[in-house]
Amino acid sequence: MDEVTKTPDLAGASRSYRSNIARVRGLGSAKEGVQHWWLQRLSALALIPLGIWLVASLVGTAGADHAAIAQWLGSPFTVGALSLTIIASFYHAVLGLQVVIEDYIHAKAAKFTLLILIYFAAFALGAAAILSLFYGAFAG
Amino acid sequence: MAGHPRPLSPHLQIYRRQLTSVLSILHRITGIGLAVGLLYLVCWLVAAARGADSFNALQSFNGSIIGRLLLFGWTIAFFYHLLNGIRHLAWDAGWGFELPTTYRTGWSVVVGTAVLTLVAWIVGYYQMGSF
Repeated sequence: MDEVTKTPDLAGASRSYRSNIARVRGLGSAKEGVQHWWLQRLSALALIPLGIWLVASLVGTAGADHAAIAQWLGSPFTVGALSLTIIASFYHAVLGLQVVIEDYIHAKAAKFTLLILIYFAAFALGAAAILSLFYGAFAG
Repeated sequence: MAGHPRPLSPHLQIYRRQLTSVLSILHRITGIGLAVGLLYLVCWLVAAARGADSFNALQSFNGSIIGRLLLFGWTIAFFYHLLNGIRHLAWDAGWGFELPTTYRTGWSVVVGTAVLTLVAWIVGYYQMGSF
């Protein structure tokens, strides 16, 4: 036939004496793909109320001066709810960005550099946000 | 197995655009945009913790044209990703896979995003006493 049938067989599968299981071992999700999928849904579910609360709060305090915002940020409820929102948001964001990177970046070095960067950035920025919340609440 | 024609992904240049595929890629684009917005939220929180000067500087940028455009874009991205995310969770639960349902929920997401974004901004401006 034509071009279509000339698709290369995977890693010389037809000539190899290795069993199928030996060829795929270590290449698959090793059952961890479900964990990624599940945590993305779990954080999504948490972010439905938390995200709505955050955006409603930001809209509700639009135009407020620093004293009013500091007072809102300093209340125990805000510190708690905003901490949860930040944790869930960064978790959700990094899981999502990971999939995007894995889908579009195929050069190994670039892919792993980006994956390491987004995870480090998520933890660092999440920590910065929560620290500034507590700093503002107790020092302000 | 060897030489068997394998299924190909749709080729983007010749694949006819349709609501389902456009909404699908928009979910990704808004997700990336919201990740950047998260970065901006951290800046805002750090500025608020640093004191009135830092905070006022950031707020005056928020009030500028570029600031408002960014915040408006993040509002659209938030409501879109929220509503379409709920649509995704419904699919995960096995609901809404029939084609007419997919289109109905898809258009609901589009209309819902527009309505919620407008409501948020009208309330925001009202809050600032601009109405």
